[in-house]
Amino acid sequence: MKIVVVGHGMVGHKFLESLAETGLQDAQVTVLCEEPRAAYDRVHLSEFFAGKSADDLSVVEPGFFERTGFSLRLAARAASIDRRAHTVTTADGEVLPYDKLVLATGSSPFVPPVPGRDRPHCFVYRTIEDLEAMKASGAKSKTGVVVGGGLLGLECAKALRDMGLDTHVVEFAPRLMAVQVDEGGGRVLRAKIEDLGLHVHTGRNTVEITDGATARHRMVFADGTWLETDMIVFSAGIRPRDEVARQCVLAIGPRGGVVIDSECRTSDHNIYAVGECASWNDQTFGLVAPGYDMARVAAKHIAGQSGAAFVGADMSTKLKLMGVDVASIGDAQGKTANSRSYQYIDEVKQIYKKIVVSPDGKQLLGAVLVGNADEYGTLLQMALNGITLPESPEFLILPSSDGQAKPGLGVDALPDSAQICSCNNVTKGQICAAVCEGATDIGKLKACTKAGATCGGCVPLVTQVMKFEMKKQGMEVNNHLCEHFAYSRQEMYHLIRVGQIKTFDDLLAKHGKGLGCDICKPTAASILASVWNDFVLKKELAGLQDSNDYYLGNIQKDGSYSVVPRMPGGEVTPDGLIAVGTVAKKYGLYTKVTGGARVDMFGARVEQLPLIWEELIAAGFESGHAYGKSLRTVKSCVGSTWCRYGVDDSVGLAVELENRYKGLRAPHKIKFGVSGCTRECAEAQGKDIGVIATEKGWNLYVCGNGGMKPRHAELFASDLSKADLIKLIDRVLMFYVRTADRLQRTSTWRDNMEGGLGYLQNVILNDSLGLNAELEAQMQHVVNTYQCEWKTAVTDPEVRKRFRSFVNSDKKDEHIVFVEERGQIRPARPEERAEAALDATQA
Amino acid sequence: MTTDTLTWTAVCAADDILPNTGVCALVGNHHVAIFRVGDSQFFAIDNVDPKTQVSVLSRGLVGNLGDRIVVASPLYKHHFDLRTGECLESPELSVRAHEVRTDSGRVLIATP
Repeated sequence: MKIVVVGHGMVGHKFLESLAETGLQDAQVTVLCEEPRAAYDRVHLSEFFAGKSADDLSVVEPGFFERTGFSLRLAARAASIDRRAHTVTTADGEVLPYDKLVLATGSSPFVPPVPGRDRPHCFVYRTIEDLEAMKASGAKSKTGVVVGGGLLGLECAKALRDMGLDTHVVEFAPRLMAVQVDEGGGRVLRAKIEDLGLHVHTGRNTVEITDGATARHRMVFADGTWLETDMIVFSAGIRPRDEVARQCVLAIGPRGGVVIDSECRTSDHNIYAVGECASWNDQTFGLVAPGYDMARVAAKHIAGQSGAAFVGADMSTKLKLMGVDVASIGDAQGKTANSRSYQYIDEVKQIYKKIVVSPDGKQLLGAVLVGNADEYGTLLQMALNGITLPESPEFLILPSSDGQAKPGLGVDALPDSAQICSCNNVTKGQICAAVCEGATDIGKLKACTKAGATCGGCVPLVTQVMKFEMKKQGMEVNNHLCEHFAYSRQEMYHLIRVGQIKTFDDLLAKHGKGLGCDICKPTAASILASVWNDFVLKKELAGLQDSNDYYLGNIQKDGSYSVVPRMPGGEVTPDGLIAVGTVAKKYGLYTKVTGGARVDMFGARVEQLPLIWEELIAAGFESGHAYGKSLRTVKSCVGSTWCRYGVDDSVGLAVELENRYKGLRAPHKIKFGVSGCTRECAEAQGKDIGVIATEKGWNLYVCGNGGMKPRHAELFASDLSKADLIKLIDRVLMFYVRTADRLQRTSTWRDNMEGGLGYLQNVILNDSLGLNAELEAQMQHVVNTYQCEWKTAVTDPEVRKRFRSFVNSDKKDEHIVFVEERGQIRPARPEERAEAALDATQA
Repeated sequence: MTTDTLTWTAVCAADDILPNTGVCALVGNHHVAIFRVGDSQFFAIDNVDPKTQVSVLSRGLVGNLGDRIVVASPLYKHHFDLRTGECLESPELSVRAHEVRTDSGRVLIATP
């Protein structure tokens, strides 16, 4: 069967994924993509301005087209369809035959017919190319206007603000987000947006755009007032892209869009339409979730699988606009006859909550939440599943007073068919089934069901369902460290801190059993170091350290160790380099410059380590803690000192940060990066803590990671002074040290955090747990008690004598054998080792 | 085998081994890992990790899994029973256990 898909956006690609999942044989699939790149995440488009690349935004899993054999044609626009001949003709004149044709052409931005709308520096906000053009213009502009105060318009305003423009939002309607929120919600939203430094103009009808006196453009409004700006972006709604459907005379809906039935077939049954270009029951759908539903239905229908049908979609939404939570459910405006509403307004914290209930007060019809949308998941499920409301529904949105539990929905009340994740259409039943098959943490659950993997809004609810199901199955929701301690790492941390416990024996006697093991000992060692910061090799602690910490070096495959002196910020003097070279040469070590911007030396036997370090310490070096679950390096670019683009002194800050946090033991290793400008040469956004200089200070990014599962760090706070930056890093790191699981990097810590980045920001920026003073004091304690572990080790004869290959001999360990490669040593392979042994016996 | 046929070699003082750690001793040409568990219990097994042919087992962390006293290899973390030398994860990678005793503060290892 020949299948042609017109359009490769998010929905077009979901169709392809769904088609591949059906296992349909002998399908020859060709995809025409008008844009120069494959499908990308338009929902998170504004992240392009926060530093994400087009590749980051891609929704195509690597190898998808190779695996499926589907053929993707980029920059290929479908110009016309011949329904009789069953062919599509591209703009380049190529004719493609089809048996089944799928239209996934999406929509185009609506630009009001205002004279002057096509002047230079006027844009729409839809594709990456649009964004690139906006970026270029933004660099040459001071002010920017977004026409349209809807959902997309506010996203776009965020993008302009991120570019540093003085940003205005001009809306025709009397309030922002007029479709989703009511008057009260619109008022609070406006106040919040204005607090962020944006200018909001509602009830303004632009009649003309002309030359400005103080800026490029002047926008003239119907009431005679005007506004001057350098750049204008139109984001006043979307219109279905149905031109090719009109050309071949398919039925078109009253508000545009290709008419489809519940199987997503158009008026020509060999042609399907999915996503924003389709009109179902005279409705078009500008959200991605219903588009995905249509894509799945069409794919199944084409593959001959029966039963799937598109039955409309719930248009409830929850989103975060410039840090402001906004959510809208069902009949948000209270349009149902005789419906009644409850409202809660907090003008101090700028929170607005409203629920709309049925005339008998038993059903939830709709809701609006602005400023705080914590109840969204619960309210949505109540509305969707017709769950009977509690007697006093107002408590659903009122803040709970101390100790009083909110009337929860109780996930047990949900039917198995309840859709928990609307982006990926995952039901409660599917989540429960996955839990029974062993997906017992949120990471695994995301991976196997995709629940919560797209927008993430449902993660708290998914977690509740998971925990409930685990309990129901009698699975212990068990986060015990190991058989010796019936506590999580976080609990162990508190036991040690609150109980003033300083040794493992004491910990074991009071809270554990048995001898301990290779799980709990290093965990306890790490916590003891984070809390008390005693020398890790002192007698009571030495036996807890795993080999790397015990020998203060990384054990290599042949039992030799590496030597890594600290070079803060990657800065090293010529004399320092010479000293490193001299030592490496003297002891015959392999040297390599690492990704962490310092020099590693390999191939030291344990008895050589103290000798090597004595020489390095004499040359002014300190331990680099490459062996510890602790701060590794702070990578930096050269910054404003040398670089002609540099905005601030990134090396200076990197050195300062590295010296502040060196030696801090944590649940896992920690890496920093500091870039002197937005070119980001230090790759700070791939680090646990990333810092980037701005014109106004420093931007702080947190919880990034390279490695097996790369994750970009997220912007945590902007334009900070150095003092504030250090305070925030103190708090974030100490909070991580306190609450993370063992061997959990900051990125997974963040991914597993209920409430996500917003929660973390609330704790650190708003002190919601009242912990900040304590976190800062604890960090200061660690900073004040820092010692170079190697310096202490080499000067303590008791410790020093542990560095021997044999307790009863000064011989070398003959298992460590090197051969030469590219002018340096490397460990011998087994066959080379056998040869060396033979030579030794014959010699 | 009876103790009559064993040769006992004194390798170090008991206090040369920190409680709950191990050391490696050279007994003849043989690398033997000796562990001190608590204050007064001593165990000895081969020091060479059979998986990697590297002499490191004495540098592993000591503890217990259920009722077995074990060391975790510092390289790939598989566990060896200190009483028998058995590798818990892959019995084919087991090592030999050796007899060990203390006498007036000295640690002695038996070699056949």
